[in-house]
Amino acid sequence: MAKSGTVGQPGSAYMIVDQDKAVRRHTFAVIVDNEPGVLARVIGLFSGRGYNIESLTVSTVTADESVSRINIVTTGTEMVIEQIKAQLSRLVPVHDVHDLTLEGPHVERELALIKVRAKDHQRRESLRIADVFDAKVADTTLESFVFIIDGDTGKVDSFVDLMRALGDVEVARSGVVAIGRGTEMVTV
Amino acid sequence: MAEKLTGAEIIIKALADQGVDVVFGYPGGAVLPIYDALFKQNRIRHILVRHEQGAVHAAEGYARSTGKPGVVLVTSGPGATNAVTGLTDALCDSIPIVCLTGQVPTHLIGNDAFQECDTTGITRPCTKHNYLVKKVEDLSRTMHEAFYVATAGRPGPVVIDIPKDVQFAATDYTNGKSASHKTYKPKLKADRDAIEQAADLLLAAKKPVVYAGGGVINAGPQASKLLTELVRMTNFPCTLTLMGLGAFPASEPQFLGMLGMHGTYEANWAMHDADVILAVGSRFDDRITGRLDAFAPNSKKIHIDIDPSSINKNVRVDLPIVADAGHALQDLIRIMKARQRKPDAAAMERWWAQIDEWRARDCLAYGASKEMIKPQHAIRRLYELSKTTGKDTFITTEVGQHQMWAAQHFHFDKPNRWMTSGGLGTMGYGLPAAVGTQLAHPDALVVDIAGEASIQMNIQELSTAVQYRLPVKVFILNNEYMGMVRQWQELLHGGRYSESYSEALPDFVKLADAYGMKGLRAMGPDDLDGTIQEMLDHDGPVIADILVDKAENCYPMIPSGAAHNDMLLGPVEEGKDAIGEKGKVLV
Ligand SMILES: Cc1ncc(C[n+]2csc(CCOP(=O)(O)OP(=O)(O)O)c2C)c(N)n1
Ligand SMILES: [Mg+2]
Repeated sequence: MAKSGTVGQPGSAYMIVDQDKAVRRHTFAVIVDNEPGVLARVIGLFSGRGYNIESLTVSTVTADESVSRINIVTTGTEMVIEQIKAQLSRLVPVHDVHDLTLEGPHVERELALIKVRAKDHQRRESLRIADVFDAKVADTTLESFVFIIDGDTGKVDSFVDLMRALGDVEVARSGVVAIGRGTEMVTV
Repeated sequence: MAEKLTGAEIIIKALADQGVDVVFGYPGGAVLPIYDALFKQNRIRHILVRHEQGAVHAAEGYARSTGKPGVVLVTSGPGATNAVTGLTDALCDSIPIVCLTGQVPTHLIGNDAFQECDTTGITRPCTKHNYLVKKVEDLSRTMHEAFYVATAGRPGPVVIDIPKDVQFAATDYTNGKSASHKTYKPKLKADRDAIEQAADLLLAAKKPVVYAGGGVINAGPQASKLLTELVRMTNFPCTLTLMGLGAFPASEPQFLGMLGMHGTYEANWAMHDADVILAVGSRFDDRITGRLDAFAPNSKKIHIDIDPSSINKNVRVDLPIVADAGHALQDLIRIMKARQRKPDAAAMERWWAQIDEWRARDCLAYGASKEMIKPQHAIRRLYELSKTTGKDTFITTEVGQHQMWAAQHFHFDKPNRWMTSGGLGTMGYGLPAAVGTQLAHPDALVVDIAGEASIQMNIQELSTAVQYRLPVKVFILNNEYMGMVRQWQELLHGGRYSESYSEALPDFVKLADAYGMKGLRAMGPDDLDGTIQEMLDHDGPVIADILVDKAENCYPMIPSGAAHNDMLLGPVEEGKDAIGEKGKVLV
């Protein structure tokens, strides 16, 4: 009887949940008071509730430095993503939470500095690839380059992967910053 | 120009301006200036507890029985860390608490100074919000904002960490009693559209259930009145969570009893078979839903909650309504009345006939005994005899079987009369909570229904009760076991009672004597009524040690991982497994 549960029963709310285990990637812009501990609150929320952080960046964004914008890229099922938004909104110093992925088209950029140590052919090849990716040389020695590249996460990933094939690589990445397209503004 | 006040004086003034009449606390080096300021005034009464955890639970008892925020004052380091369990408890049960902690002076913060701990770091995940006040100029605003944050929206505990130099420094006081927060503004009014839709769903329902919780109690007594009005007006059945008991009168025929893991057969079956569920201030907690994929499978769910994060967390609902329970109920009643329609009478008649069939199982029945006191019977007698006192009665509990029996067998007709640790399940909650409750209601009957194991977790608060002449009654259902643990070991672990026997128990009667209070014991059914009566008649604090059946288990029970229509009504037959493999990993 009940042991078999309600699997397949029409109208079961849980069928929705069960079917929708698809994990998606969402980018949030979280507008917060620039006060001590606010970043710890946000990060603690993610670790405490077992949510993922793919990338997180933060900086003040107003002239008086009273407000910060935290950009978070996270993954989860639809229900988890909804929870993340609700949980973030509940934090007292949080003004507003924008799920940019839901709100419409937006621009996402990352900045990366990549040091490649290579010689001869590999060295020349790294420079050619950098050219293709529109990466600039920020520093050079006879045996190394530091490239600077910006773009979406996928582009940066591809560039780093190619560089790894050419020599020893050290990577510093900024994490994602994002903003909606068009005239509409996120008020702070 | 007004005279400047020290930080410590600002704290006292802000408390007084907030209408605080009592603070529960414990002194120490980092709060001495505040204690000095307390000494020099007589508007605020300080209650000296015996352990900081007790201070927070006492403040919780005060808050839950009055609807006002409870205030705590503790020192830095161990004072603050001892308060953590209480803060977490208040967070889980959404109880408004303002907890002031002393801190080492600002120039020593981060230096591993004596009795320094990272109080804001430690309490960040167990408070609704917390503050470290580094400048005395921020103190008045922070004090008033803390009261706003603790009580606005879904209530919760707020910590203000105050370094000692800030307590000494002087500045102007600004009264911000009506303070709000520049961005934290919870939504109280429901969207009209959503209420209209809710009314439509409810009026079309053939098997409706109202499932209400602690949010209704937090919304104030008026919300409970409105809930009662709605249930009466619609003739719908109503069930309450552990946190919600009293939000709808238990004596009403439409009350199905508590639902969930130890809820009634009729409440859980009604939830399972319902076609429309109106959830008000309840959060579809795992103790309520049991197995999620089999929870109320054919129902449309309307969920009224002030906290958007409670909605669609465990259970997908069809109609979310973010609002204060009182506001939403008021709108719903008005709109349903305006419809001038009644729910389908024939369908309701069939639904009640079905519910009556479930009720006829008499799921809370227990075997009578002439030799042993059945714990359920002890609570029923306590309930009956307490009614004859003519006093307003408040019950607190510890955690375990006795807590569930109290929820099942003691009946509450009014909100704010039942104080139990629901979300965190904190053993040691009941006695300090009773202290706080009794302080707020000096003439009331306040009983802590306790287990012999739990009571020992904050037993030191007996001293507090005696010091302040608080006539709290500690009613111990002594089964010599951590009964709830024993029950799970019986169901899950082949009856191997690992470490759940309460060996070397104190003699509670002598203990009462040692603390300077009355001690009583009931050994068998014949002493029960007499002991309870003597306890009730005594005008001071009492421990009543009630020796009960040691083997009794708490039923009904939905084993972890099982569905509502899969509940155990009594002992499992030999050879059968009560709990599936999947259920065993659940708590
Ligand atoms: C602080 C704390 N530690 C452990 C537990 C786990 N626990 C839940 S009930 C219980 C036993 C309680 O025993 P007792 O107070 O005698 O109550 P009974 O179940 O026998 O009525 C325990 C250990 C808890 N809830 N709280
Ligand atoms: Mg016990």
